[in-house]
Amino acid sequence: MSFANGYPARRFTPERGAFGKLLARDSIVRRLDWPLLGAAVALSLIGTALVFSATRNRTELTHGDQYYFLMRHLMNTGIGIGLATATIALGHRRLRGAVPVLYGISVVLVLAVLTPVGSTVNGAHAWIVLGGGFSLQPSEFTKLTIILSMAMVLSARVDAGDRIHPDHRTVAQALGFAVLPMAIVMLMPDLGSVMVMAVVVLGVLLASGASNRWVLGLIAAGTAGAVLVWQLGVLDQYQIDRFAAFANPALDPAGVGYNTNQARIAIGSGGLLGKGLFHGSQTTGQFVPEQQTDFVFTVAGEELGFVGALVIIGLLGVVLWRACRIARNATDLYGTIIAAGIIAWFAFQAFENIGMTLGIMPVAGLPLPFVSYGGSSMFAVWIGVGLLQAVRMQRPMSA
Amino acid sequence: MSNIPETGRTPRITIRLVILQMIVLSLLLTLGGRLWYLQIRNGQEYTQQAASNNVQEVVTPAVRGSILDDKGVPLADNETRLVVSASRTDLLKQKDDGKAVLTRLADVLGMSAQDVRNKVRLCDSKTPKPCWNGSPYQSIPITDKATTQQALQIMERREDFPGITAEPTAVRRYASPGGANAAQVLGYLSPVTDDEIAAAAKKGQSLLRSDSVGRSGLEKTYDSELRGKAGVTRYNVDNLGRVIGKAGETKAQAGSTLITSIDAKVQAVAEKELAQAIKDARKTWDKVTNSYYKADSGAVVVMDVHTGQVVAMASEPTYDNNAWVGGISAKDYKQLTTKSSNYPLLNRAIQGQSAPGSTFKVISTSAAVNAGYSIDGHYACPSSMTIGGRLFKNFEGESAGAITLEHALEISCDTVFYGLSYDQWLKDGGMKPKKHTNDWFYKTAKQFGLGSTTGIDLPGEVTGRIPDRQWKQAYYDANKTYWCEVAKSNKKDYASQIARENCTDGYVMRAGDSVNYAIGQGDTLVTPIQMARVYSAIANGGTLYQPSIGKAIVSADGKTVTKIQPQVSGKAPDTKKTLKYINQALAGVVTSGTAAWRFGGWPQDKITLHAKTGTAEVAGKQTTSWFTTYSKDYAVIMTISQGGTGSGGSGPAVRKIYEAMYGVQKDGSIDNKKALLPHPATTLPKINGDGTVKAPKAQNAQKASYDMPFLPAGSGGTVQLAALTPDRSEKYLFGRRYWS
Repeated sequence: MSFANGYPARRFTPERGAFGKLLARDSIVRRLDWPLLGAAVALSLIGTALVFSATRNRTELTHGDQYYFLMRHLMNTGIGIGLATATIALGHRRLRGAVPVLYGISVVLVLAVLTPVGSTVNGAHAWIVLGGGFSLQPSEFTKLTIILSMAMVLSARVDAGDRIHPDHRTVAQALGFAVLPMAIVMLMPDLGSVMVMAVVVLGVLLASGASNRWVLGLIAAGTAGAVLVWQLGVLDQYQIDRFAAFANPALDPAGVGYNTNQARIAIGSGGLLGKGLFHGSQTTGQFVPEQQTDFVFTVAGEELGFVGALVIIGLLGVVLWRACRIARNATDLYGTIIAAGIIAWFAFQAFENIGMTLGIMPVAGLPLPFVSYGGSSMFAVWIGVGLLQAVRMQRPMSA
Repeated sequence: MSNIPETGRTPRITIRLVILQMIVLSLLLTLGGRLWYLQIRNGQEYTQQAASNNVQEVVTPAVRGSILDDKGVPLADNETRLVVSASRTDLLKQKDDGKAVLTRLADVLGMSAQDVRNKVRLCDSKTPKPCWNGSPYQSIPITDKATTQQALQIMERREDFPGITAEPTAVRRYASPGGANAAQVLGYLSPVTDDEIAAAAKKGQSLLRSDSVGRSGLEKTYDSELRGKAGVTRYNVDNLGRVIGKAGETKAQAGSTLITSIDAKVQAVAEKELAQAIKDARKTWDKVTNSYYKADSGAVVVMDVHTGQVVAMASEPTYDNNAWVGGISAKDYKQLTTKSSNYPLLNRAIQGQSAPGSTFKVISTSAAVNAGYSIDGHYACPSSMTIGGRLFKNFEGESAGAITLEHALEISCDTVFYGLSYDQWLKDGGMKPKKHTNDWFYKTAKQFGLGSTTGIDLPGEVTGRIPDRQWKQAYYDANKTYWCEVAKSNKKDYASQIARENCTDGYVMRAGDSVNYAIGQGDTLVTPIQMARVYSAIANGGTLYQPSIGKAIVSADGKTVTKIQPQVSGKAPDTKKTLKYINQALAGVVTSGTAAWRFGGWPQDKITLHAKTGTAEVAGKQTTSWFTTYSKDYAVIMTISQGGTGSGGSGPAVRKIYEAMYGVQKDGSIDNKKALLPHPATTLPKINGDGTVKAPKAQNAQKASYDMPFLPAGSGGTVQLAALTPDRSEKYLFGRRYWS
């Protein structure tokens, strides 16, 4: 593509073709964070294989179609990527105007879950069944709208140049945006999502530059609140059992304890290289409940072994590392906060999910981003990826 | 660097973002570390757990080998019954813990719902019987006598009966061919206990939860041969126990067949005659106690004198082994183990011991000859003798002048043996025994194998007792304290006097002890099997065989036949000449001696019988009837506790056994066609190519129908019974009770 004299040919080309445009130095394609995208796609594809392995023999779930979950997971991934593309195309700044609307919709949806429209799946009243095999878990999207709304509120005056850091009133307002949906989700009760949201709020506040007093105060309040909830018996017994059984499976041997134990056996028996995809006895024998969704990591642990499981953690690491880069390089506080919120969300949810299968975190109904089967989660995390990319797009080229 | 960089952010945010990044990194590292801990460090342990998680073992019980008689007739074999069983695991998976299913099942089986529910509950200390005391993971049998129709109803409506199976299962059957029940010889089975599984594992053997093991008789002795090896199929299962693959299989190996020396026909006769003799004795008036004879128990042994193999062995009271099949009911168990039933599980032929009475005199005769008394010499047979200040009388007070030992044996003259034994006692030092006493009478008894087990292939054999000096000393040591306690009192009654004597020198063999001993009274105890061996040795020229019942073990496929060779365990301490004399004398008992009145018309010239009668006294009880006999080939020994005199109580029964074996008719003629066993079976029955053993036809195997009993909780199937010993410790408290 160059002349004999060494000058790049295109230098003198005034108009570029479509393909050329795509590869141009300032083009969307060139500005995308490819490692982030690649890791997210890889996780989704690995997820497809794991979900397939976990479900191909579960006739009671697949209704005879072995590939049901495989196809659905691929489809979800595709839709997710589509949503991410749309998000990128829109750009996070243009999205800002729509944030109040999106926020409103998400609050209405989580509220709807509390009405007879909502359904209970696996002990969590967190779903809206749409029919035709589709269902929606609004709390997944609420994580996004909390990030967006808080970012909007917190960054408004800083990005306008009025202030260096958000003032107390702004922080209080932003918290108000978070607390409303969190309270509703708490009532479902979907404790896992509330935990994620709380961590997201912390991440957002951290990145917003809100004073240390807010950050530390919130941590203290959260701790105090947890102790209070525990002491006042607000929680149902099953929630307490679920919480404690990760450390002592005997507390709830037929329920969470069984899950924890079987998950640990599955992962532990994988050894260094695993038993091979589709060859895990724990997976084939369906000993781990919810293996295609919340406990999908056990399939990796058993069938792909230590190496395979590390690859998944590594890919999550790539996603988070690139996200951190994006957060640091963002040109405005709005983008920084969005990126940080997504980091907190992905990081904590992944840690909680993998941690519970490894028996170091309490069992909570949270999917592993990209990997677990589940449309709402898949769409939400891919929108997250789209947001991260959009934030990256708007940084100066030098970075 | 300006305070507000290009990105327009403050250092505060930059630092915080770095912190966030560090937190993220540390979270991921935590996961990696934990992953390493689970998969690499503890991977082995979890691999094992995963393996046990998904492998379910299904046990196919091995068919237990049959026990056959000498002609191949099954004494114990298996029949196929339709067993309906329930899987507790499956029942508990149902919403109502299977209550509805069990109720439906009860309907089909025609049982009460409560009964069915009780059978599947697990035994514990609070649960009354019936209950299941096996593994909760094993199928629990509810009935083993389901009809085909009931089984079909259950199997065709699988959806109505989840967890219930109806399968044809091999169940032990004690066939009692021709009425030969041989209960105590065959023994019985009961489910294995946890302790036994553990004990077997220590020895490197494996017992399965579902196994039954032999608890007594041949079933116990030959348990490992008969049991075979259960097959185990290992299935990979999923979380609901659904089979998803086969992990391995070991085929069940059927147990070997045991061919015994028992002849079912002779056994049937022996059992019948023993029972009849007991019945008759109970109608006989005992002038001494002024009551009918109680005839509480008895035993008979028919032995092949050339090999020591047992042709028939019966013990009364008896029981039906089939009561144990599938687990014994609490009621039956209680019945078999209480005093009122007089412990029918005991095999009196090897576990019943009593004083032998005059049947012991063959030993005394041998002892006298060995001590140097001439067998042709003449010895005084007065009606009574005074020894050690006490009067010792002949049984019926008769006197016969000076007679030979042979004649003394024939007419059972006690005083001759008193005299000889007393003489020996004196020679050994009397009340001040020499350092090295000869003790011919005791030595000879031991040489004949008395005082120790014969080693017969049946469990639980007792030793009997020869009350020699050592025993006296041991007995004294054990009772000294008590005697001396009683001696302190100034009471002048007989008991106190004896206690006083015993306290001072109870360890010394007294004249009275020796004298009593010589005629088989006093503290001597023998078992019928011991006496069968003694008389067999006299019959066969002096060889003491280890009695046996097992003759050969045939592998299930019939390819390996392991013969069990008769073992010689000793030699009678008699010269040929002595034996010849004893033989003559014992033949004389039949023709002109104490048993002659029972053998009128016997074709003695064709089938020479030898016999000795014995009437042993037991303190506080009626006399024990002993009748020890032999022909050229067989020894027949019968004893009946509290059954009267030797010939009186047991004579007719023993004669009838001989008649049946030899085909002797009422008129004394011999019908060889009717003879059940004119010669001992020397060959094994024919073993077919497929491992089955050819049995003669015309054996009307008795099919019985049994209630489906259950083993009582906690019994573990083991019946613990002390060997049957007369209550001598009380009655013979003073170690000396002279026969007067």
